[in-house]
Amino acid sequence: MAQSILEITGLTTRFTSQRGVAKAVDDVSLSLAQGETLGLVGESGCGKTVLALSLLGLVPDPPGRVTAGSALFQGQDLLSLDERQLRRVRGNKISMIFQEPMTSLNPVFRVGEQIAEAVRLHQKASKARARERAEEMLGLVGIPEPERAALSYPHELSGGMRQRVMIAMALSCEPDILIADEPTTALDVTIQAQILGLMQDIKDKKAASVLLITHDLGVVAGNAQRVAVMYCGQIVEQSGVRPLFREPLHPYTRGLLDSLPRMDRRHRLRPIPGAVPGIFSQPRGCRFNPRCFEAMDICRGQAPPIFERDGRGVRCWLYRN
Amino acid sequence: MDRQDVLLETTDLARHYPLTRGLLRIRSGSLRAVDGVSLKVRRGETLGLVGESGCGKSTLARCVLGLERPTSGRVLFKGREVGEWERKDRCRRMQMIFQDPYSSLNPRKKIGAMVGEPLRIHGLGARRERRAKVAETLGLVGLDPEHAGRYPHEFSGGQRQRAAIARALVLEPELLVCDEPVSALDVSVRAQVLNLLDDLQERFGLTYLFISHDLSVIGHISDRVAVMYLGRVVELARSEEIFKAPLHPYTEALLSAVPVPDPERAARPVRLTGDLPSPSAPPPGCPFHPRCKKALDVCRTTPPELKSVGERGLVSCWLY
Repeated sequence: MAQSILEITGLTTRFTSQRGVAKAVDDVSLSLAQGETLGLVGESGCGKTVLALSLLGLVPDPPGRVTAGSALFQGQDLLSLDERQLRRVRGNKISMIFQEPMTSLNPVFRVGEQIAEAVRLHQKASKARARERAEEMLGLVGIPEPERAALSYPHELSGGMRQRVMIAMALSCEPDILIADEPTTALDVTIQAQILGLMQDIKDKKAASVLLITHDLGVVAGNAQRVAVMYCGQIVEQSGVRPLFREPLHPYTRGLLDSLPRMDRRHRLRPIPGAVPGIFSQPRGCRFNPRCFEAMDICRGQAPPIFERDGRGVRCWLYRN
Repeated sequence: MDRQDVLLETTDLARHYPLTRGLLRIRSGSLRAVDGVSLKVRRGETLGLVGESGCGKSTLARCVLGLERPTSGRVLFKGREVGEWERKDRCRRMQMIFQDPYSSLNPRKKIGAMVGEPLRIHGLGARRERRAKVAETLGLVGLDPEHAGRYPHEFSGGQRQRAAIARALVLEPELLVCDEPVSALDVSVRAQVLNLLDDLQERFGLTYLFISHDLSVIGHISDRVAVMYLGRVVELARSEEIFKAPLHPYTEALLSAVPVPDPERAARPVRLTGDLPSPSAPPPGCPFHPRCKKALDVCRTTPPELKSVGERGLVSCWLY
């Protein structure tokens, strides 16, 4: 395996509210290799976005706080950096793309200026050089007439174009890691295919690593080399993409795959019963046990650790040796 | 096709919205949301309507339900113009489910009252009978009738969508128009609701007009599929055929763009270049030609008609 560029160990993020303390991210360990795309999948509320925000020091505090763990990146622990040090990493060495480009772009500035701002800040480039760089990036992400597009305001662009601007901005400082949080969820399928293809091309060209956060298993299958499945704040399965889809180990992963409608066949779906538990009412033992077809006594009483099997990790008592 | 079997029919249905300019609201053009759609929905079948955002699928649904007056063309429900139906009669026979169960349910009303409201409005049954009917319907959609006294916020997203389905079903309609009914739901819950819709159709012989942008969902639930692009139907065929061998280049591109949850089969999508043109200024000729790799000269000037290709279905493309 290629060298690991980001090593997350035991990351835990808690949120405090009147209803108690909730672990939104609970003891997550992951590693991201140089040049790879790691897919992070899970349903809404499973903690995938909080995990990403924790890495970049963006969890609102209060109510949230990273309470344990480390995230090693280029010899430094991201979780122990102060705001000033973080700012040098954020948007520069690690950048992030969010789901809804309209809310992450500033509506009152031209998109060219917004990209140039990041370049001037991090690369200490002159105004003219930064503007050039912004236009170059807009061209790279496939926006026609980049000089003209740089002068547009976000509302003048379509959803797909806005997401391209976000990608251009995220890549303008040539980051080592790109965190993409549901980058195509708000887009139509044909535009989604364009954006995913574009991310792939750029990743290959720049040898960057991507943490691709999504709820769509199809997107993961086509774009990631490795996958981590998250449920209720924990990684329940971690594996190479092919083995995961060929032989899912964790009952939750299996349930997700059985729940998927396929366009070429009409078959009875086998949904996971029940719903994801609320963050303040996690069940005892394994968090998936109330919805699991294979739950045993031990699952109800004791939370499983991660077991290893064929180089894959799975948090389930079925795989106890 | 036997006329008796057709529950819903649209002929050259169009809905254009006027675009105005300036203070004097001078008419500067029109937005052609739906632009000449002819469809038949047979009793007991599911007709899937698929297309990307802005293609006019929701406007079409609104015209079908009589919520929107067509600019031209006709919508016949059971052989009679939708606009001619007495509103109450129409509502008893066609109902709808929307995408977002968070905004389609009144947060200040209890679930039971909401599901019972249509019965009350239509003056069906005494209070006790209505209550029994509500309990029965809640049970039917997989909700606990005991929970009739709860408010929407006490339910999860999937349960709320079940409540919305119960409200639509309580009058025992014949046609259910489902506009993106599972798009806001998580994977595991989406499967539950899709199974529920399947079961209800089988049990009550319901007819669905099912709208979604998600081809996997459409392929899963539909008997026949109509693909829309810029306010027009570009292809219509049986579900198996359309997914096995799409004819229209747009359908082909759309299908290849769907991420398949199988890394061994992850095909390279036919990448469409460019964005969807605006429905207020559709390109001349075939509306898809600026993005079509197979465009011929004739495509640039003359719009193709929706024509049948053998037994295969209908397609609107000069290639055929």
